[in-house]
Amino acid sequence: MSDASAQGNPLLAVPGAVGRVVLELLTEVGCISRYLFQSLREGVRPPYRPRDIFRQMEVLGVNSMPVVLITAVFTGMVLALQSYTGFKRFNAESLVGTVVALSMTRELGPVLTGLITSGRAGASIAAELGTMRVTEQIDALTTMGVSAVKYLMVPRIIAGIIMLPVLTIFADVVGIAGGYFVGVEILDANPTVYIKRTFDYLETQDIISGLIKASVFGGLIALISSYKGFTADGGAEGVGRATTGAVVLSSMAVLISNYFLTSIITG
Amino acid sequence: MIAIEGLHKGFGAKQVLRGVDLNIERGETMVIIGGSGSGKSVLIKHIIGLLFPERGKVLIDGADLCAMNDAELTAVRRRFGMLFQSAALFDSMNVWQNVGFALMQHTALSRDEVMGIAEERLKWVGLTDVLHLMPSELSGGMRKRVGLARAIAMDPEIVLYDEPTTGLDPIMADVINRLIRSVQERLGVTSVVITHDMVSAYHVADRMAMLYKGEIIEVGTPDEIRGSANAIVRQFITGSSEGPITAQ
Repeated sequence: MSDASAQGNPLLAVPGAVGRVVLELLTEVGCISRYLFQSLREGVRPPYRPRDIFRQMEVLGVNSMPVVLITAVFTGMVLALQSYTGFKRFNAESLVGTVVALSMTRELGPVLTGLITSGRAGASIAAELGTMRVTEQIDALTTMGVSAVKYLMVPRIIAGIIMLPVLTIFADVVGIAGGYFVGVEILDANPTVYIKRTFDYLETQDIISGLIKASVFGGLIALISSYKGFTADGGAEGVGRATTGAVVLSSMAVLISNYFLTSIITG
Repeated sequence: MIAIEGLHKGFGAKQVLRGVDLNIERGETMVIIGGSGSGKSVLIKHIIGLLFPERGKVLIDGADLCAMNDAELTAVRRRFGMLFQSAALFDSMNVWQNVGFALMQHTALSRDEVMGIAEERLKWVGLTDVLHLMPSELSGGMRKRVGLARAIAMDPEIVLYDEPTTGLDPIMADVINRLIRSVQERLGVTSVVITHDMVSAYHVADRMAMLYKGEIIEVGTPDEIRGSANAIVRQFITGSSEGPITAQ
């Protein structure tokens, strides 16, 4: 049935709209997968560009550090406050340190770092590459026999894969420290017991699983944001659309992939 | 040297090229004229493999661009230089890094050697003491000239010019026109220029082709084009608002 007749029939309007959204999403996933395979293929071929990778590690990782740390410390603090209030109801206040440590390392550290990086670095990547696209700089690279995917996308993806776990380690430490501050300094928990409970139940596996997830998030954010920048069109408005799209899509990718990664890791 | 055969290209419902046929000989400067939205930029992007046709072929010395793999396409592109409409200088690099970019990527030359070649090419286009300036510090005319220096840095066989005089004052436009001729004479390159600036077109062309509604409707020397009996060509070259071409 044609679009026109579907629009005329209210019964078909909703499934039609759903179908269009699903098609758009599948097209987007297909295009991103194509860029992923091209990045993998070109990433393993020389020449390697360590200087470009280091520069992107700074842009993506080091520059995101302040906002990640601030978010992590306050998340750790509020987590301690909330779990204390809840646990007090059944005299389990001593487990606040455990809850903060497990929550930060397994979930909140990597996911919050991923979401913040989606907003900050994802927007920056999409805006930079989108501007390069609409001002024909990416075409210029191609005409000079340089692969834009290898030159622009691969260093960002590698930087994302390396730097997200690094940011997550800092987020974990600062979040746990924030929880300790609230638990011990404000709620008068015993510092020795708090620290003991924090580390008694924390296993290396908890930390590693969080870092693996962060690494995947980093790759996804850089890939999606680069893709959005590469496919920007229509001048300044197009760059704006690409930037918004990059933040939305990479945030969704972090949250959705988080569930599947967690279910795989926890077996 | 460049043969375009039956080129068709559309974007969504809009058909831009509807069967373009054009031959460009080695060493000549071919100017493709046409109004805004006639498909000139789309055509030039097919010649260097930035876009690929739905139907038709682009042959460079008999080799079909559409049938090439990535490595072959990269090798062919290295025979080209291209001056973009907006110059497309890399914002994050200074002038000499822009001009020497392809040399840094594709040769084993040292940084100083690349800088030396960049300086020489910049002198060709009349620019001195700009090596360390950033693109944002350059005027429109300087940007175009840096773009041209970058296009010829690798001694290309073919140079493509996308609206080289658009946005420039008449004097700077004349400077660019003279540079296009000078590059063609000095390097013996084959040049393809797309423009709607008739002063520029007559100045640089060995032959001209007019693109209208996605097809080449006339090819000839500048004198032949001036004397064309085709009403569309006559209206375009005289810049009249009255005739078969209507403003859209």
